[in-house]
Amino acid sequence: MTKQLKGIAASDGIATAKAYMLVQPDLSFSQSTIEDPEKEIDRLHQALDQSNNELKIIRAKAAESLGEEEAQVFDAHMMILSDPEFTGAVESNIKDDSVNAEAALKSVSDMFIATFEAMTDNPYMQERAADIRDVSTRVLAHLLGRALPNPALIDSEVIVVAHDLTPSDTAQLNKKYVKAFVTDIGGRTAHSAIMARSLEIPAVVGTQDITASVVADQMLTVDGLTGDVTIDPTPEQVEASAKEAKAYADQKAEWALLKSAKSVTADGKHFDVAANIGTPKDLDGVLANGAEAIGLYRTEFLYMDSAELPTEDDQFDAYKKVLETMNPKPVVVRTMDIGGDKHLPYLPLPEEQNPFLGYRAIRISLDKQDIFRTQLRALLRASAFGELRIMFPMIATIQEFEAAKAVFLEEKAKLVDAGVKVSDTIQLGMMIEIPAAAVLADQFAKHVDFFSIGTNDLIQYTMAADRGNEHVSYLYQPYNPSILRLIKNVIDAAHKEGKWAGMCGEAAGDPIMVPILLGMGLDEYSMSATSVLKIRSLMKRLSTEDMAKLADKALNESISNDDNKKLVEEATK
Amino acid sequence: MEKREFNVIAETGIHARPATLLVQAASKFNSDINLEYKGKSVNLKSIMGVMSLGVGQGADVTISAEGADEAEAIAAIEDTMKKEGLSD
Repeated sequence: MTKQLKGIAASDGIATAKAYMLVQPDLSFSQSTIEDPEKEIDRLHQALDQSNNELKIIRAKAAESLGEEEAQVFDAHMMILSDPEFTGAVESNIKDDSVNAEAALKSVSDMFIATFEAMTDNPYMQERAADIRDVSTRVLAHLLGRALPNPALIDSEVIVVAHDLTPSDTAQLNKKYVKAFVTDIGGRTAHSAIMARSLEIPAVVGTQDITASVVADQMLTVDGLTGDVTIDPTPEQVEASAKEAKAYADQKAEWALLKSAKSVTADGKHFDVAANIGTPKDLDGVLANGAEAIGLYRTEFLYMDSAELPTEDDQFDAYKKVLETMNPKPVVVRTMDIGGDKHLPYLPLPEEQNPFLGYRAIRISLDKQDIFRTQLRALLRASAFGELRIMFPMIATIQEFEAAKAVFLEEKAKLVDAGVKVSDTIQLGMMIEIPAAAVLADQFAKHVDFFSIGTNDLIQYTMAADRGNEHVSYLYQPYNPSILRLIKNVIDAAHKEGKWAGMCGEAAGDPIMVPILLGMGLDEYSMSATSVLKIRSLMKRLSTEDMAKLADKALNESISNDDNKKLVEEATK
Repeated sequence: MEKREFNVIAETGIHARPATLLVQAASKFNSDINLEYKGKSVNLKSIMGVMSLGVGQGADVTISAEGADEAEAIAAIEDTMKKEGLSD
């Protein structure tokens, strides 16, 4: 009978194989009164020594298959074995209560396990309880003279089923035979989950009762992408999951190749596929997905995650970290975009009828120049550490851009006079979000170094439809020819002046939008890091010549958003 | 007795790997060495003791050593704290 279980997806991948029950042998024992505590303590030390020797072997194996860093967790295990507080407590328990070593070990380890499991506010420490359980079980098995099930003995393709996979179990899993594993308990940050990801074995953890639901050799399908486990799958399900597994493997192989590649179209044209970030913490994702630049660093999180205005030094540290990490790849930093739907508790803004049409972004920066100047100084100081580009949000007029630029140049001159090292190649650009700027892009292009189109705001202002209002959400139409013509106007205006044009809204990572944008010659596409490889892979299949024809149709023949959606779907099928 | 206060800056606090290295460093000395956090004091030569404190990021801890080699012990521990990025 096919049965379905759901757990936490801990490591990507899909596999089908028979179950291998990695379940503890019977380690039950009864407490007994002993006559000779010294003899009992000798037994304990013998078991500790045997366990220590085993752990040395496991550690060596882990270092070999997982690397030194991963293997170091077993150093902690060996230290538990030689921990004076731990072994000392077991010894005194034997002496004071005249109990056998098994009972003394259990009562001491239970006490420590309970201490760690009680740290409910610290999941990391809670999961360390597994380390202590792992070590104690090993010692107990030696005391009882029983062998623990050994994953190293597995010699056919299996899915390992366990209550909780201990780090030493995980380290012994042979990737050749172990196609996946499933556990009753655990979370995404448990050692076993981390190791599964580094071994690239699919894993689902925290299913509650997989060990009670499965018996040895029963067939299982494990989907480490969704957390689904199918027990006794039907032949159709096996076939479907095999297809998914192959599609996943193919995609992963292609993406792995693309990670360090440039984004190039089928006809060899290069475009920049960049990532959007909110904080330096997002850099991991940017690097993992091989983005060619940061096309939008939203600095407002520095302001929103703080109880007061962030200092120049706080900002400098964040900007420097991002610039240094990306160097020599460029980083486009957007100056503070507060207002609209983003508020600061410590910076009261006036109540407004239409906040999106009100006091926000560059309008605040130019009004409250102390805040703006602090940010620009932090950016200028950080510019020495990488390839900085600055853009101003919500520019409606050339005067606004020129005013912002003047403040920038003043702060730059002051820093240079003070002997601070500042880059001389900082590009200054602007967001295109307001239709007025899009329409007058040819004039703006003479003043800026680049444009970056913010589609969400550009669409809501062009269609006069609040993007948060569900009654008018049908007017969010990124492929509407009116929007496309504005975008085209911006790209052409930039190119005419030898400048570049990018896009940092959702649309830049949209597989429907990208073919049209390629056809219009957009230079840079900035999106969430997780979309980078998908879009790079899409670009590889498209030729700019074909896309130019497609864009021409979308701009000049189509009369609706839906027309264009269908047009692209047809063309890229 | 030698005493020193530390502010833990590591994002994960004193977890498995740094705890291991701290205990290893402490175990090299004869002095009695204790780690105090939130009014609780544990033997710094005990990995379980150290980990059971659940020292997180931002915690203020005091390490004290008493014995013939107390000064060297504190210096070695301070060195490990810095090298492992646990404190400034």
